[in-house]
Amino acid sequence: MQTESNKTRTGDLARAFKATLPVMTGYLVLGMGFGIVMQSCGYGTLWSFAEAVFIYAGAMQFAAVELLRSGASLMTVALTTLAVNARHLFYGISMLERYRDTGRGKWYLVFSLTDETYSLLCSDDALDGVQNKTLYYFTVSILDHLYWITGCTAGGLLDQLIRFETTGADFALTALFVSVFTGQWKGTKDHFYSLTGVICALGCLVIFGRDYFLIPSMILTVFVLMLHARRSPDEA
Amino acid sequence: MKHDILAVALISAVTILIRFLPFIVFRDSTQVPESITYLGKALPGAVMGMLVIYCLKDISFLAPPYGIPELICAALTAGAYLWKKDTSLSVVIGTVLYMILIQKVF
Repeated sequence: MQTESNKTRTGDLARAFKATLPVMTGYLVLGMGFGIVMQSCGYGTLWSFAEAVFIYAGAMQFAAVELLRSGASLMTVALTTLAVNARHLFYGISMLERYRDTGRGKWYLVFSLTDETYSLLCSDDALDGVQNKTLYYFTVSILDHLYWITGCTAGGLLDQLIRFETTGADFALTALFVSVFTGQWKGTKDHFYSLTGVICALGCLVIFGRDYFLIPSMILTVFVLMLHARRSPDEA
Repeated sequence: MKHDILAVALISAVTILIRFLPFIVFRDSTQVPESITYLGKALPGAVMGMLVIYCLKDISFLAPPYGIPELICAALTAGAYLWKKDTSLSVVIGTVLYMILIQKVF
């Protein structure tokens, strides 16, 4: 009995590790990029490390470099953070059920719900055959966070000269989203949700431009989804 | 220095607040409105579409290389996923090809 449960535990851990490999690639490369940018702006390793641990949001950390360097007001800092990270509200809403009974560490899971961790945990088929879901959630979340911390810190430490040519490796994150998107698309007959996300985001990108399209497209997406639910209530 | 520390702390606090908010508001499972439960089911598909667009937002289609490497590699990643049903494998294939294209070809 003991060995049986050990075996399934090892199976879950191995699976979690394998699932996070694409994130490892992307986070190490992007994190190092971040650490190097910070270093070049006069913010040393300790700053990169602290941001990786306590902010843990890639796009926002890059935006923060400019805010710090220009000495932006705290009001601007708060509003920029809201605008860049508002999409995380969506992740919370779709993980409410899954994270409900995850015990005392639940708030760590919630804190560490980045784009990438979310994309590894949000699909139904992501958990097929997983024995201990809570263990799986934690392993994926902690590994991803560790990759990011390692990348950001290493970027601060490494000298520009001993870097190998990593240009383009950050495409791993785009590829991760494309691949999860494809999996979701194959997994359901009704492509309404996927299409809504793509079309709303594309439309808003064209109308509002790349710096401002995220929040309008979130609002539009919710609006379209709610309208859809009202018209075909059986699905809601 | 003091301003920088405050700014980083503030970014951390706002980010944490955004991530915690749904779980604070809907702490009690009996109080989750139907519309939120519905959104919880509908959003994963919609969000992933949004994230794909978000990643491709910096491509300029009007200047060389016209987003060609990104589109080729995104298509290849999707194709590899359909072929093997393996996320890690398709990400590796797409990324390695992208690195080759961007470093050597374009």
